[in-house]
Amino acid sequence: MSRLMASIRSTWEHDPRKDPNELVYVLLGIGALVFPLAVQVATRGSGSFLISQAADAGVYVLLAIGLNVVVGFAGLLDLGYAAFFAIGAYTYAFVASDHTEFTPIHQAIHIPFWIALLVGMFAAAGAGAVLGAPTLRLRGDYLAIVTLGFGEIVPRLFRNLGDWTSGVNGISALDTPTLPVWLNGPWSGDSLQLVQNFKIIDPLAYYVIMVILVAICIVLVSNLRRSRLGRAWMAVREDEVAAAAMGVNTVGVKLLAFSIGAAFSGFAGTFYGAKLSLVSPENFGFTVSITILIMVVLGGMGNIPGVIVGSLLIYYVIFNVLPGLPNMAADFANSIGAPGLNTPSGEYPGLSGEVQRLKFLIFGLILVLTMLLRPQGLIPSRQRAEELQKGVHEDTVIEDLNAETT
Amino acid sequence: MTVEATAAPILRIDHVMKRFGGLVAVDDVTFDVKRGEIFALIGPNGAGKTTLFNGITGIFPPTGGRIIFDGREITGAKPHQVASFGIARTFQNIRLFEYMSSLDNVRLGQHCRMHAKLWDSLFKTPAEHREEQRVTERAIELLQFVGIERHTHTYARNLPYGSQRRLEIARALATNPSLLLLDEPAAGFTPQEKVELMGLVHKIVDQGITVFLIEHDMKVVMGVSRRIVVLDHGEKIAEGTPDEVRRDKRVIEAYLGTQH
Repeated sequence: MSRLMASIRSTWEHDPRKDPNELVYVLLGIGALVFPLAVQVATRGSGSFLISQAADAGVYVLLAIGLNVVVGFAGLLDLGYAAFFAIGAYTYAFVASDHTEFTPIHQAIHIPFWIALLVGMFAAAGAGAVLGAPTLRLRGDYLAIVTLGFGEIVPRLFRNLGDWTSGVNGISALDTPTLPVWLNGPWSGDSLQLVQNFKIIDPLAYYVIMVILVAICIVLVSNLRRSRLGRAWMAVREDEVAAAAMGVNTVGVKLLAFSIGAAFSGFAGTFYGAKLSLVSPENFGFTVSITILIMVVLGGMGNIPGVIVGSLLIYYVIFNVLPGLPNMAADFANSIGAPGLNTPSGEYPGLSGEVQRLKFLIFGLILVLTMLLRPQGLIPSRQRAEELQKGVHEDTVIEDLNAETT
Repeated sequence: MTVEATAAPILRIDHVMKRFGGLVAVDDVTFDVKRGEIFALIGPNGAGKTTLFNGITGIFPPTGGRIIFDGREITGAKPHQVASFGIARTFQNIRLFEYMSSLDNVRLGQHCRMHAKLWDSLFKTPAEHREEQRVTERAIELLQFVGIERHTHTYARNLPYGSQRRLEIARALATNPSLLLLDEPAAGFTPQEKVELMGLVHKIVDQGITVFLIEHDMKVVMGVSRRIVVLDHGEKIAEGTPDEVRRDKRVIEAYLGTQH
């Protein structure tokens, strides 16, 4: 407790404009605690949907934290990150539903959720290693293309291997996760009591579990960043040749970054599948990969709190602001006394219809504007801020080694 | 000549050849670097000096011949393996990790001497914590050794030029090498800085590390090294003490051109 106080005090004492990270963590922590209460108060007890959405946002936070290891720490551009997300989700579908009874295995498998989380994680990490081993020798753009291809292949495999995955229909009725013990209380409409083998259906339970998982992941990834491996990633990102000459096995550490990133994705995928109780190949397309990448870049590549804020904001914009825009626009037209704008005529579908058509244009504009105003991301790492301030650093390319200038 | 220097060579370059397509950059070069000496490789522009360094450190493996380090053949070994065998290097055009602090640059140098595994890093085990502490202390020692401890927390790119060269040496020493390759360590230095550099090189050799350097500045080369090999157009044209090399007819020709 005193440590917490000390950290809060030190947060107040130093200038948050220089290093806002601690402040952001404190605010996020408070926000995570207050959010469910605030929502229940604000919606008079019918906020389940919002809390459930917040738990879904947590899946994206996990994904962004994981992709940040690959892109932000090790500097590898991964455009097929959703593939590992799909592998995690499908792994859960295979090991925790009746589905395998209808595949050539003819035997249903039901592994408890908590073990399945680990299985999904390792399946994705394994896939990451298998993809990474032959491709991480490639540099920059080439790696991006290979991962892009991988991201396209995986969902297509799940769609077309009908015997195993039931194709476009996806796999449904996945097991509901259970907790050994859970505390029931007024928040779930029950009397205060401990229950055993609690089936997690309540959105609040999902939310609480999500917050705990995210917190654990933040601690683990922060540890990685400040370790031997974290330094090696940074060094590889800056100058691979120099890093190798200093004894860093560059292919090895890149492979680790790739697999760890994939593990996060698989972990998030398992959670996602379990919460939705359904997996379908349509949920893991290119747009998912790109959305996660946007979260990382816009939040502040390489900086964990930045990436979290980025993912929450982008999630909010995509899943709350954009779907609400058409109605907002229609209301706005009415309120300024121009209801005529809402009347469809000929090609014109009315203001809300028009906004509906244009909403991804608006999303694009928001992204472009943010990146123009804050190219380093919302809450950048110190390195990244410095890099952009001093201009993009002159890439020391490998050709330099051939040139004997003196 | 000291007793140490008479022992078996620490590095043997044995008929090493390096081609880039049709260009022969290093042509059948053979020489030994003896343990505990300061050895210099000189030659005009494009003579193949840096190419030879790249061959030794595994960045561009030679196309022919053998490189033997400490009695073990290392031809074709990967750069990180070469580093872990005990060969460290600096670069002609400084290649620091610009957006890492001096401290982190030197800590990174100790990477291949550290034991923390993924598990240790993830969970900050006590062993990992102790290792990090040890590595940090050693890094500060090395920064003091090369004389740039006041820049400990500065980003490498913000260091003055001379300090950047020193930081590169500190980072190389952090790999705990028995052979240190310096690629033009005095390039761009003032005469005062050159004198200081020679002092630093002597301090390094006093620690039992063999120094093998490429250098252009004759004052530095003659002042610091016991033996010199001269390359020209990829071929070895002379080998000997500074005095012998200075009087060698082919060396004079290579540097000044033939007089007719």
